[in-house]
Amino acid sequence: MAWTDYRFDADQLSLRRNETKQATLPAATAATITDAMTLIDLANPTRFLTLTARLLPWLSALTAVLLLIGLYQSAVAPDDYQQGATVKIMFIHVPNAWLSMFVWGVMSLAALGTLVWRHPLADVAAKAAAPIGAAFTFLALVTGSLWGRPMWGTYWEWDARLTSVLILFLMYLGLIALWRAVEDPSRAARAAAILTLVGAINLPIIKFSVDWWNTLHQPASVIRIGGPTLDRAFLMPLLVMAVAFSLLFVTLHLAAMRNEILRRRVRALQLMQARQRPA
Amino acid sequence: MSLGPYASFIVTSYLLVMVVVLILIAWIAIDYRNQTRRLRELDASGLARRSGRNAAEIR
Repeated sequence: MAWTDYRFDADQLSLRRNETKQATLPAATAATITDAMTLIDLANPTRFLTLTARLLPWLSALTAVLLLIGLYQSAVAPDDYQQGATVKIMFIHVPNAWLSMFVWGVMSLAALGTLVWRHPLADVAAKAAAPIGAAFTFLALVTGSLWGRPMWGTYWEWDARLTSVLILFLMYLGLIALWRAVEDPSRAARAAAILTLVGAINLPIIKFSVDWWNTLHQPASVIRIGGPTLDRAFLMPLLVMAVAFSLLFVTLHLAAMRNEILRRRVRALQLMQARQRPA
Repeated sequence: MSLGPYASFIVTSYLLVMVVVLILIAWIAIDYRNQTRRLRELDASGLARRSGRNAAEIR
């Protein structure tokens, strides 16, 4: 049986598993197992598509509303006494920088799901997240560069923070290339999962680079022991934008996962069609 | 609202974020349309998944 056939008949498989267990166990135990299986069934691709279809319109609307509120708050935020109006770049740079690391964290969890639990949706989640993470990392690098020119007098400096984020961006591109280079999704998934977990070493390096080395980049001013050092006038728009961008990621990720599931169904059907075709 | 002497850096940053996010949204929407179209074509050719579901039930 082809890998894809097995994966996307998970709904039938779990149904059969339920029936077998219920036939041999006492009623109370069977009921408990049925409840547990219902939770597991929610993670199967077909149920996931149904859930996504319901969630996406609400998530999209909520993201749009929060982005509009965040953009308005960013526009009316006061100038910083040192940076002037360039502080407004922070409201888009920082959420993108946070998400560049968060998305790799999500991919690392998905990689564990692929290697340890062989979860049907784990490599779908990782593969769908990579281009979105790459886009956020690209935006963090470019907006940081555009913020750096007026504040530091340079677009780029090979300091630890900037260099480690550039490495993160290159790792995203490498992962995307790996998924495209290997035709069999299950082989690509295992290789990509190992590469993702190795690449996760870079996350604490990025986070603590400003503490471990003498960098041009400023140290943490929001997520730090002792609380944020930002004034409330800047902190509120920043947090609203951070939540809005996080919701944007969740929305895009769910939609991209749905596309990846459909792509694998197309592939499975095309393989079936090729097998049926007379030689 | 005055953006001061570095207005071009601020405006470019916001425009760039907007463009990249719009490209991401368009890419995902176009990909969805392509995959559903291909599934419908395969369905029309008489192929069915092992579960018996067809393209009309995938949404």
